[in-house]
Amino acid sequence: MASPTIPHEEVTLRHHFANDEQQKDASTIGMWVFLVTEIMFFGGLFLAYFAYRQAYPAAFASASNKTNLWLGAANTTVLICSSLTMAMAVHSAALGKRKLLVAFLVATLLLGGVFLGVKAYEYHDKWVHHEVPGAHFECEGCVDAGHAPLFFSLYFGMTGLHATHMLVGFVILVILIVQSAKGKYTAKWHTPIEMFGLYWHFVDIVWIFLFPLLYLIDRSKTGLK
Amino acid sequence: MITAPPPVKVTKNYLNEKTGLKSWLLTSDHKRIAVLYLIVVTAFFALGGVFAGLIRLELATPAGDLFESNTYNKVFTMHGILMVFFFLIPSIPATLGNFLIPMMIGAKDLAFPRINLLSWYIYMTGGVFTLYVLLTGGVDTGWTFYTPFSSSYSNGYVVAAGLGIFINGFSAILTGLNFIVTIHRMRAPGLTWFRLPLFVWAHYATSAIMILGTPVIAVTLFLLVLERGLHIGFFDPAYGGDPVLFQHLFWFYSHPAVYIMILPSMGVISEVISTFSSKKPFGYTFIAFSSIAIAVFGFLVWGHHLFVAGQSIYAGLVFSVLSYVVAIPSAIKVFNWAATMYKGQVRMETPMLYAIGFIGLFTVGGLTGIVLASLGMDVHLTDTYFVIAHFHYVMVGGALLGYMSGLHFWWPKMFGRMYSDVWSKVSAVLVFAGFNLTFFPQFLLGYMGMPRRYHVYPPEFQVFNVLSSAGASVLGVGLLLPAIYLTWSLKYGELAPPNPWGATGLEWQTQSPPISENFEVTPVVTTEAYDYSTVQEVVHIG
Amino acid sequence: MAHHDNHMADHSENHSEHIVPVRVYILVFLTLIVMTWVTAFVSTVDLGRLNVFVALSIAIFKASLVILFFMHVKYGARLTKFIVLAGLYWLILLLFIAMVDLWTRGWMGVPGR
Repeated sequence: MASPTIPHEEVTLRHHFANDEQQKDASTIGMWVFLVTEIMFFGGLFLAYFAYRQAYPAAFASASNKTNLWLGAANTTVLICSSLTMAMAVHSAALGKRKLLVAFLVATLLLGGVFLGVKAYEYHDKWVHHEVPGAHFECEGCVDAGHAPLFFSLYFGMTGLHATHMLVGFVILVILIVQSAKGKYTAKWHTPIEMFGLYWHFVDIVWIFLFPLLYLIDRSKTGLK
Repeated sequence: MITAPPPVKVTKNYLNEKTGLKSWLLTSDHKRIAVLYLIVVTAFFALGGVFAGLIRLELATPAGDLFESNTYNKVFTMHGILMVFFFLIPSIPATLGNFLIPMMIGAKDLAFPRINLLSWYIYMTGGVFTLYVLLTGGVDTGWTFYTPFSSSYSNGYVVAAGLGIFINGFSAILTGLNFIVTIHRMRAPGLTWFRLPLFVWAHYATSAIMILGTPVIAVTLFLLVLERGLHIGFFDPAYGGDPVLFQHLFWFYSHPAVYIMILPSMGVISEVISTFSSKKPFGYTFIAFSSIAIAVFGFLVWGHHLFVAGQSIYAGLVFSVLSYVVAIPSAIKVFNWAATMYKGQVRMETPMLYAIGFIGLFTVGGLTGIVLASLGMDVHLTDTYFVIAHFHYVMVGGALLGYMSGLHFWWPKMFGRMYSDVWSKVSAVLVFAGFNLTFFPQFLLGYMGMPRRYHVYPPEFQVFNVLSSAGASVLGVGLLLPAIYLTWSLKYGELAPPNPWGATGLEWQTQSPPISENFEVTPVVTTEAYDYSTVQEVVHIG
Repeated sequence: MAHHDNHMADHSENHSEHIVPVRVYILVFLTLIVMTWVTAFVSTVDLGRLNVFVALSIAIFKASLVILFFMHVKYGARLTKFIVLAGLYWLILLLFIAMVDLWTRGWMGVPGR
């Protein structure tokens, strides 16, 4: 909250930057470089997925049938909605519309909460059916069940890592909501909102790939041995 | 010859401007953070060196008389982890890079100063985990953590060690991120890409590798920790897992990591050779692009660590060819450095001694890498002392010598003091001689078939092992001396002028040590890089 | 005192913020939803080897929309586009080259090689 006598620029511009543009540009580039590291981080898991799918196609095909396709599609829809509300939040911030900004941030949080709620239900469902790798694992009706745990390890590992990223996002989102309500972000400076938007969209993109890889591929193949 | 008058008293600078522990531990000044890194990196290097000493002590005799086998495994594992992750990777970037990059580009600080401090705290946290491992009983898997031994059978503290390195990795990621954004967006007016010092180009390439590679080892260690804790079988053949997949994931980072270690050193060498030849680096553009080429090609060769691991022959062929290709940019640099010295006014100051040593030793290391890149040769030489000699030639003869060169070159700028000419030259000679005595016999041992990671060996290998251990003592003394005379110089060294070596570059146009903001006024660059015509000839009276 | 009147050597695209029209967001959003349900339905039909290709192509298309429009890369600095492409290139490198090993394992007729 800048006092009215101090120009806003001097409150938010850090001393080692020449001007606002340079600072904002640096933040954007910095955030994208960070997202590239996240791409490579998830990339390792994607490699494990492709490697084991190639080695045990029958096990993966039949194990992936244990996921609920329509629940997954609905959940994907929910997450895409949250991406829209986040984009609208950034839009509102750029136009200096404080109330809309707060509303869209809250909507993003709620939609994200729905997504994780559905995932929690899915996890519970798997637990109840003993589809969690470990001593009590069983995969009912699975082809090549000996290798099915690999699929489920990847399922829990990849969606779990994704969910962890969402939880971190929730914490930041709450902070941003509180700060937005206090009027901290203006049309001239709302960089944290934009940077968080990039992060949130990235998390959405990871799911855009997780959904087909874990729920869809080989679903139609019933004749695999 | 004009002699610059030496300064008469210590002026206000980044070191004395604010005092007290809090002003250091909560600093956002890149120069202070560089000094913080210098202290801890040196400490970890010393610790890694102690383990090296223990290894050479054990290997002086053919019997396993100093340690049990399990303990010996823990000793060389610790040596590897400490040296690779806690010394070599951060050494130049986090100390010299942090200090110099903003100055070289005419900026007041890095793009994200507080993230820079966070990097240091993350490094310290990773260090704490690793020290915990050390104190509670160690880890015995080798720094390479191969599965399924590490995931299913080892009795060491694999999880803690893995977490320590995982955390440490984020320190490198954040440093690399900071450098990339800074170099792209914070250059002074007039400082175009091709006017940048080659040190900056080298760090840009290094940062790209840090960003793209480190996350992969992070996720790999994360999976290892999960597997060890939850027995999920990612890499365990009993569950259908593939141990070779672990090796792919591990080396995807760890090979480019060696370029993280060498590129900054090459950047230092470019600066030092140029300065002490008073000549613009020969083929500046080629050197700049070769740094980028090394970073890019370095990611295409990791499978040469898997030649005998069970990787397909066809993949082996591809990786072998690419491993030959990756040597080319490095060779270009070596030729260019030599050409820079040709017909230059060569002065044999201490940094230059290390730099010349680097060129010779790095060449040997690089050429022996080519030997190992040949599939046929590698079948016989892999996992022998030939490999150990190869990588020590590039990492110690190369990276460490580059670090010593840089430390001695920029010490007057960083601390405003000159160090003893005589002792620094004696140390450089001891390091060079000791290093060669330690590691050259190891090429012969490997060729004769002595395997690595064994502490018991047939008696016919003892002569070379004893030579190697003797060399290690000399090397140890050579590396201990700088700790003494450099520290001594902080209080008793002659005060340093702004540009004691007659170098070009924006950092030499400020006082030594610099003021906190680096420059009174942001410089505007109008000349090309390495323009020695504008530099006053300075004679440093040693 | 704090800042001097500087122009950066590498001018940092002084775009005053480009505001994307809401209708672009809505259009992208609807496309994403439609493609999500398309990919879900297609997966229930056995297209042989095409299933993987179709599912991944749709995913890549959706991700591109998010990157270009929601993340403003289409309107952003050239450097941003370069960084995104570099990241994707390296991901492909990791996946493809490692898979080359796994795909060619059985080619020599010797078990495991």
